[in-house]
Amino acid sequence: MPIRETFWNIPQWAEIGQYILGLLSLLILIYGVVQRIRRWRQGQPENRSDQLLVRLKSLWVEGVLQARVTSDIYAGVMHLTIFWGMVVLFLGTVVATVDWDVTHLFFGFQFLTGGIYVIYELVLDIFGILLLVGLGMALYRRYIVRPGRLQNMPAGRLAWDDAYVLTMLVLITISGYLIEGLRIAVIRPDWAAWSPVGSAIASAFLALGDPTSRSLHLSLWTAHGLLSFMFIASVPYTKLFHLISTPVNIFFQSTKPVGALVPVRYSSGPGVQEWKNFTWKQILDFEACTRCGRCHDACSALGSCGLLSPRDLMIKLDQHVWERQNGKSLHGDVLSPEEIWACTTCRACSQVCPAYIDHVTTLVDLRRHLVDEGEMDGLLQEALTNLGRYGNSFGQSERMRARWTAGLEPAIKDIRKEPAEYLWFVGDYASYHAGMRDITRKTAEVFQKAGIDFGILYEAERNSGNDVRRVGEEGLFEMLVEKNLAVLDRCDYQSVVTTDPHSYNTLKNEYSTNGNGRHPVLHYGELLDRLLTAGQLKLSRKLDYTATYHDPCYLGRYNGVYDAPRRVISATGCKLVEMPRHGDRALCCGAGGGRIWMEEGPVLERSSEARIHEAVGQDGVQVLVTACPKDVAMYTDAVKTTGFADRLMVKELVELVHEAL
Amino acid sequence: MKIVVLIKMVPDLVEELSISPSGIELDTTWLRLKINEFDDHAIEQAILLKEQYGGEVTVLAPEMEGVDDALFTAAAKGADRLIQLSGKFDNSWNNHALARAFLPLAQELQPDLVLTGVQAHNDLDGSLGPLVAALMGLPYVGYVAGVTVSDGVATIRKEYPAGLLAEMEVILPAVLGIQAAEQPPRYVAFSKVRQSMKTTTLDERPAGESDPQGGVTVEHMFQPETGEGATMLEGDLTQVTDKLVSILHELDVI
Amino acid sequence: MNQDVFVSIEHLRGQVTDLSYGMLAAARQVAAEAGGEVVAVLLGHTGQHLAQGLAADRVLSIDHPALADFTSEAYIQAWSYLLREYNPRLALFGDTSIGADVAGGLSIRMGLPLVSACQVLLVENGELLFRSQICGGKIMAQGKLPPTTALVTMVPGGYRAEEARGEEPSEIISLEAPPLEDLSVRLKEYIEPEISDVDITKENVLVAVGRGIQNQDGIELVQELAEAIGGVVCASRPVIDQGWLPITRLVGKSGGQVKPVVYLALGISGAPEHVEGIVNSQVIIAVNTDLAAPIFNVAKYGLTCDLFDLVPILVDKIRLSRSIQV
Repeated sequence: MPIRETFWNIPQWAEIGQYILGLLSLLILIYGVVQRIRRWRQGQPENRSDQLLVRLKSLWVEGVLQARVTSDIYAGVMHLTIFWGMVVLFLGTVVATVDWDVTHLFFGFQFLTGGIYVIYELVLDIFGILLLVGLGMALYRRYIVRPGRLQNMPAGRLAWDDAYVLTMLVLITISGYLIEGLRIAVIRPDWAAWSPVGSAIASAFLALGDPTSRSLHLSLWTAHGLLSFMFIASVPYTKLFHLISTPVNIFFQSTKPVGALVPVRYSSGPGVQEWKNFTWKQILDFEACTRCGRCHDACSALGSCGLLSPRDLMIKLDQHVWERQNGKSLHGDVLSPEEIWACTTCRACSQVCPAYIDHVTTLVDLRRHLVDEGEMDGLLQEALTNLGRYGNSFGQSERMRARWTAGLEPAIKDIRKEPAEYLWFVGDYASYHAGMRDITRKTAEVFQKAGIDFGILYEAERNSGNDVRRVGEEGLFEMLVEKNLAVLDRCDYQSVVTTDPHSYNTLKNEYSTNGNGRHPVLHYGELLDRLLTAGQLKLSRKLDYTATYHDPCYLGRYNGVYDAPRRVISATGCKLVEMPRHGDRALCCGAGGGRIWMEEGPVLERSSEARIHEAVGQDGVQVLVTACPKDVAMYTDAVKTTGFADRLMVKELVELVHEAL
Repeated sequence: MKIVVLIKMVPDLVEELSISPSGIELDTTWLRLKINEFDDHAIEQAILLKEQYGGEVTVLAPEMEGVDDALFTAAAKGADRLIQLSGKFDNSWNNHALARAFLPLAQELQPDLVLTGVQAHNDLDGSLGPLVAALMGLPYVGYVAGVTVSDGVATIRKEYPAGLLAEMEVILPAVLGIQAAEQPPRYVAFSKVRQSMKTTTLDERPAGESDPQGGVTVEHMFQPETGEGATMLEGDLTQVTDKLVSILHELDVI
Repeated sequence: MNQDVFVSIEHLRGQVTDLSYGMLAAARQVAAEAGGEVVAVLLGHTGQHLAQGLAADRVLSIDHPALADFTSEAYIQAWSYLLREYNPRLALFGDTSIGADVAGGLSIRMGLPLVSACQVLLVENGELLFRSQICGGKIMAQGKLPPTTALVTMVPGGYRAEEARGEEPSEIISLEAPPLEDLSVRLKEYIEPEISDVDITKENVLVAVGRGIQNQDGIELVQELAEAIGGVVCASRPVIDQGWLPITRLVGKSGGQVKPVVYLALGISGAPEHVEGIVNSQVIIAVNTDLAAPIFNVAKYGLTCDLFDLVPILVDKIRLSRSIQV
């Protein structure tokens, strides 16, 4: 009758020693975890206890099923096998403990018998193999392939941490198999076949005979025990802590729209000056990072100027918090202003992060401090001064904002004076930028052709403040919001439609908290999609361009609008081809987060130019379609500087529609 | 060290300027004012000196549109006292009148250094600095880009054309016309300016009557004719560059 | 008060400035109508040779160690003496680092009216008028000069320096210096910019760049053009401030006053501070995408194409043209 003979060959002292050590390692684990939690709590407060069901669901999907991890198939297989391998084997040990030291000890029976037992053994053996496969994949990738994103810059000694984890897992697994093999070699139970790996090892050992096998078995068992307890105790002190921090981080993710930043906590100074100014959740972010480097690969700033790596940011911040400063200043010793300013806030990093880390919020908080100190380059200073004074970054008078409307027949409604269904919030770039004015006029013509009732704010419109906020000038952002709301609240309209995804983001996600939530906010791409679908806007021509679409960061990743613009492109008759990095993997053009207002800095490869190469690399593509005025500005320049001006046209979505009218 | 900074507001050239129906002054309907760019440098230089040598910085300004913002921004940068000359600063006020209005206050404060912008783009009767200096009986040096102080003597760098500089010593107290502060005027976060509006008091003193003696009267103000100048070369790039090459030929350049 | 026009001759490091000649030309026009003489005032030390070539009726020269290099106090004291002694109709100073330091002090000390930023002096119906350029060159202010001794600071642009160069003054009078003691302003030393560089004021062909050049790469493109054309690259203030070219290449009020045969202005808007430095050019060719840019008011030829499109083609054509000639 198959039964588990736990502690076969294990003398009393070892059995007791095991429980003592187990208890000890558990205490060390708890102590370490408590220390970590206490460190989190040294950060500022933040409320993340809302929407428990949503959080639990995300924990299930991302923590247990690990959906984001599996978006990279190799890594997904590797991690799931390691994860489930360890979970199952660990549970196996727990079950065995219960079987022997609870049911057997107190109630006089074992349940790991018979059919249950042999299935148990088989499952454990299989998961052990899976675990080894996963470990093999990990070792291969980390030490043979050596992808850049796993290279742990800047703290090279973290490589020892990575090696430790893999080594321990390998040793524990192999020692476990060896022990099983030795036991089977000696006992030779009938049900050995249910442990195929164990049996195979047993055959290899049979040559050694009984006494050698027994003493070897005991040594291996002891080693396995020590390794496992060391493993458990080291959890709070190594990369293994992600077993706790990552699921917890996933659970405590923000349930607010990603496009809504948290206002400044003036109580701890505007922004973050030292690590304790971070919230407990931000500190947890640093600790949840497993240094997988996916953010590093996705970051457009890294490829563009090489100054910022989201992965390195997390590594540096984690280390800084871990050593409790150690006399180093956060701004200066740990992080440089250039690195903090390099971010375009595109969220490619947070979008791919399996640990649900929010890098952007941390960077904005760091920027808030830099702004408070006045630590920024001359161009940004000029732009912010202009925004404060004239309400636009171009330094042009408010009166010039609506100059693009000159000569349009019929004149566009002044929504300050008359009601209209749609309030068209035009935006700075569409109004002031010389290259965009024509496109904005076309937008007006398209709206008029569609017969929609719309008006604009003329000179009363101010920059929506989206990028001002992301630059960290919260006070200026508040002023712009105040000014815009003062006008908006006096107007009579149902919905807002914007040209620019940046205005769209803030009007939709951040202005609503100030009382404007009653009016839905649309991007013009969404509006055109609706109008075309409803047949209210009719196109008479069929364009036969082969086009590819660039998903603007603030429309796609930030607000999930991917399909509407694509439907519009198809409706014009164009053939749509996708670039490799499309949808939520789109490569940022490099203008966001106030970058378009800053000095350029070192250039490795401009992301706008990289994008042109990507577009041109798709066979037959004639047109790169954008849905953001800043994209148009960036790509029109890039198509010239890359020399593809005669091969690739850059067109704004509305230009296609206008052409097809 | 006591430093006094004299600032004034000037027409913002971003807006289109127009002449009033009287024909002798600017139309104020759409006129916006901003701080004289060189006065901004003077404030920055004063703050830098305070940071280096300690002391007190007082900023004086006439009550013109937008001056509150300029004064509170100066306070947010580190100015200690703000004094506003209240009155109606219309067309009868030129730099001579302003200098005379500043005089009693400036003397009362007994500064070691008086800083002001070297010029303003709407100056018509000379710039403010030399006038104030002469009224106060103090030496004046203008076009200053760099100031250090030691033992009651200021060592300054005076800018001449083509990058030439003259290092001069000026016995304090003195008046300096600032061309450029040692670093560009610093940025002050909006929230800090708002904060200073709540915490800093703005002293007011009456400006008195204007005494513009020493200035001149404008009888005709107009905008210069534009577009009478260049012969525009038309055509596509090929045609245009050909025309250019032939012009260069004619001039014996190539 | 007589009808003479006194002109402050500004000199630096042994050279009389172009503006001084311009002021002499202005004085010549006014004095002719008003019936007075042009009197050049030369303050300095052992610098009498500077009086050669000044187109004035008389040169009043005061030689004193304290006047060797310009300092505001010493010059104000010397001028106070001269104005009291001679009581001229007008005293012209440069609206510069030299003249502006002096004129204001004189106005208060002596109770004389002062007008600044003056571009042109006019005589209408027997009255002397000033015409000044203010508000970044956007506004002209004109009025009568009061009928007492008037002080005027002048900006370049109204008169050509050539008109007053080369003639010899009729007489040079050396004057005793007034007491010049207890001066609170003293020159320590001059600091020259590191010149391992060309003197743009002596170049015949200049290719100038402004903000429109956008970045350092643009400068390299323009260097090619300068080489092809046999000229030198210079710039307006924003380019120098960015550090893309050394200050020795600055053209304008704080920079060099140039007088080339050809001045090719690329992406320059034409702000007054810059235009001041190029008014003596023979032919100005301006390239700017903004048709309303003030540079087109002083340029002889203009183009509105994008300089980045234009320059490469122009370079090729010039090279071709040169090789054909050879």
